[in-house]
Amino acid sequence: MDLNLSDEQRLLRESVDRFIAETYDADHRRRSAGDPLGFSPAIWKQFADLGWLALPIAEEYGGLGAGAVETGIVMEAFGRGLVSEPYLSTVVIGAGLIAECGSEAQKQAMLPKVADGSLRLSFAHSERAARFDLAKVETAAMKVADGWRLDGHKIAVIDGHAAGQIIVSARVASDDGTAGKLSLFLVPAGTPGLTLRDYARLGGGRACNLDLANVSLAADALLGDGSDALPQIEAVVDRALAALGAEAVGIMQIMFDMTLEYTKVRQQFGRPLSANQVIRHRLADMAMHCDEARSIALRAAVMADAEPVARGRAASGAKAKIGKSARFVAEQSVQLHGAMGVTEELDIGSYFKRLLAFDTLFGGSAHHYRRHAALGGRTPPHA
Amino acid sequence: MDLTFSAEERIFEQEVRDFIAQNLTPEMKRATALTPSVFSDPDIGMAWQRALHRKGWGAPGWPVDAGGPDWTPAQRWIFEAECARAGTPNVNVMGVKMVGPVIIGFGSPEQKNFYLPRILSGEDYWCQGYSEPGSGSDLASLKTRAVRDGDDYVINGTKIWTTHAHHANRMFALVRTNDTERKQDGISFILIDMKSPGITTRPILTIGGDHEVNQVFFDDVRVPVVNRVGEEGKGWTYGKYLLEFERGAGIASAKLRDALKTVSDLAESDATGRAIDDSDIAVRMSEIEVDIDTLEMTELRVLSALQTGQNPGAVSSLLKLRVSEIRQAVTRLGVEVIGNDGLYVEPMRPLYRLNEAPGIPEEMLPIVPEYLNGRAYTIFGGSSEIQRDIVAKMVLGL
Ligand SMILES: Cc1cc2nc3c(=O)[nH]c(=O)nc-3n(C[C@H](O)[C@H](O)[C@H](O)COP(=O)(O)OP(=O)(O)OC[C@H]3O[C@@H](n4cnc5c(N)ncnc54)[C@H](O)[C@@H]3O)c2cc1C
Ligand SMILES: Cc1cc2nc3c(=O)[nH]c(=O)nc-3n(C[C@H](O)[C@H](O)[C@H](O)COP(=O)(O)OP(=O)(O)OC[C@H]3O[C@@H](n4cnc5c(N)ncnc54)[C@H](O)[C@@H]3O)c2cc1C
Repeated sequence: MDLNLSDEQRLLRESVDRFIAETYDADHRRRSAGDPLGFSPAIWKQFADLGWLALPIAEEYGGLGAGAVETGIVMEAFGRGLVSEPYLSTVVIGAGLIAECGSEAQKQAMLPKVADGSLRLSFAHSERAARFDLAKVETAAMKVADGWRLDGHKIAVIDGHAAGQIIVSARVASDDGTAGKLSLFLVPAGTPGLTLRDYARLGGGRACNLDLANVSLAADALLGDGSDALPQIEAVVDRALAALGAEAVGIMQIMFDMTLEYTKVRQQFGRPLSANQVIRHRLADMAMHCDEARSIALRAAVMADAEPVARGRAASGAKAKIGKSARFVAEQSVQLHGAMGVTEELDIGSYFKRLLAFDTLFGGSAHHYRRHAALGGRTPPHA
Repeated sequence: MDLTFSAEERIFEQEVRDFIAQNLTPEMKRATALTPSVFSDPDIGMAWQRALHRKGWGAPGWPVDAGGPDWTPAQRWIFEAECARAGTPNVNVMGVKMVGPVIIGFGSPEQKNFYLPRILSGEDYWCQGYSEPGSGSDLASLKTRAVRDGDDYVINGTKIWTTHAHHANRMFALVRTNDTERKQDGISFILIDMKSPGITTRPILTIGGDHEVNQVFFDDVRVPVVNRVGEEGKGWTYGKYLLEFERGAGIASAKLRDALKTVSDLAESDATGRAIDDSDIAVRMSEIEVDIDTLEMTELRVLSALQTGQNPGAVSSLLKLRVSEIRQAVTRLGVEVIGNDGLYVEPMRPLYRLNEAPGIPEEMLPIVPEYLNGRAYTIFGGSSEIQRDIVAKMVLGL
């Protein structure tokens, strides 16, 4: 057992921390908020040069073969910087799905391009009626003579506008009329029949709603061999939950640091806010939440490659627990900033929105406590 | 004991319903539903104020000789409840509910004759100049200074978080007229024409993306001494009198029910994949509804005490605390009900002027901005921490 960072991990943290501190300030955010792309391709190129896009990709596909802990190190710093580059959608989810489901040829064709920064990906999965149920997909795929035809509607597709390939989940109509298998399809940007309506996303970056109307795809658009993709989707989403948890920890920590500082500096009634016991206790609780979030996020990362039940429980447990803690830290940070906190004048408001988006993505605390319970397999004592 | 209203009260209730049916246009109703900030835009709110005024209902809480309708507490409750149920716009609270009662209580006959009719008719639009950058919770430390010069005060300083200063033609403000040992004793209550030379206003955007508050700067602004309400140095007393009104509006449960209905309608619709089928959402919906039932009973208890001429005691701080917390719980549940669609940001304001169909169902648009802006409920008009201090001191005698 050793939960200390290795030398390589420490170096990674230093380099990403430095980059974030130098690059992502409020000015940068204001500029990219007005940008129709929502992020900077030049920075994306730098991510590639620094090797961050290659991190979780296997070495045989041009990657560095790192794991969820390294992803977490990067994501925590990205949280602090409110990075809006499509890292989660491309590197964690997109490349993750290709690595889990793709054929050898598909991996060879795409993963090196993700690693070198020339291909961005997005995962179009959520549908309005499904809420956060990963298994509930109504988008339909029909086998036709020369390939596939897709029809359906997707919402909240993160970074869809920026992707070269969108990975779309769909149910393949089965011959006997029973519910078909869940499959993943590679849909290149600009494919006829694909309508993308993109919008500014809560907390920074962009997302889109996507309509697929009679979208024709070649036979090799199917990712992998056509077996049901739900287990792989769950594995990748669990890794995304771990990554998002780390990002949330970064945001919570900086909100707490800023709030602590503010309460020491802001004077009312002739003394700092932090001189009041209720404020001191609130800050102590916030510090506890930050620290707990850090622990459970680390658990999700360390268990990201465990067997499905243990992995799922760790990921959902983290999402649920961090969701609650993040809400407390975010809401109290705003509260303790007074009116300043509910405006765009300070960064607190931007961080607040990003944490709200975190809580929404892939479902909130109640959803994940429920999944945690449903997965069963309670951790025994002395495991 | 009886929870039902009397026959006369029922008749009054019907009269209110009829009035609303005849005067609340679909545009006003839609604009109100699509307003994610605390106050309605003046073009919406004032249209409603004018309709109320035509009926003689422009200022429900005022005494008859000032132009009020002479309602019993029960009638006021029924009126507010029916308005909330129907989704009527917010009027200019700073005029009708804040400065109005102060002028009625402490103003000169000239001030009453000039200002009150203009509030009733909607001709004047008021903003509240209390808070300053250095003086929020500790309001008595305010520094904006009014120095006597002949028949004028010359005002220098700045006010901040001033709701709708960019719409208002008048401000009531607390200003420092004297450096007294006890800071409260050097404060005066003054009425300012917002078109006076030397006033500039800077917009401040709230986190929901709305322009509701402002910073207002005063650079040698001349205000006639006759615009002072009451005595010099007594402004704190008047200002606190007003805060009691701000906090203890006393009739909030109906509005909260209306807000909860919006959320539960969404939860029961296919647009949210029937979020209500999620047992967690259903349980929390009930938890909030029971909180509103509780609040309503407290309000009705206060009402009953008032009807029989009793003093309900220091409940206004308790009510303010609960109302703000319940409101935040409603907005939070709203965010969870709309799920992934909560990631959608619509920057255009006002939302009711959107001329393109948004990417999510229209009724979802205000949900996230309401949650974001709604963080302000536990901050303005005395934060929750300050309210708890007041409860400890005034109610518990600590
Ligand atoms: C089961 C048990 C076993 C114990 N065993 C031992 C033992 O082996 N040896 C020993 O020496 N003692 C022991 N104690 C005593 C224990 O350490 C004291 O109870 C403790 O220090 C609190 O003191 P008190 O009970 O006098 O409560 P008080 O100090 O009177 O406190 C009463 C309440 O007021 C709160 N409070 C007090 N001061 C503040 C403040 N400044 N701000 C905010 N809140 C405040 C406290 O949190 C508490 O809720 C034991 C107590 C218990 C209950
Ligand atoms: C949307 C909005 C609209 C507003 N509209 C108006 C308006 O129209 N006119 C106007 O004059 N003002 C307005 N305000 C200002 C509002 O009244 C102030 O925000 C409020 O008084 C708090 O002051 P502050 O923001 O400076 O916070 P601060 O006083 O700096 O407080 C910051 C935090 O510290 C806490 N705190 C402060 N002192 C203590 C203490 N002694 N003990 C424990 N905790 C403490 C507070 O509770 C808060 O959580 C508005 C504010 C908002 C957000």
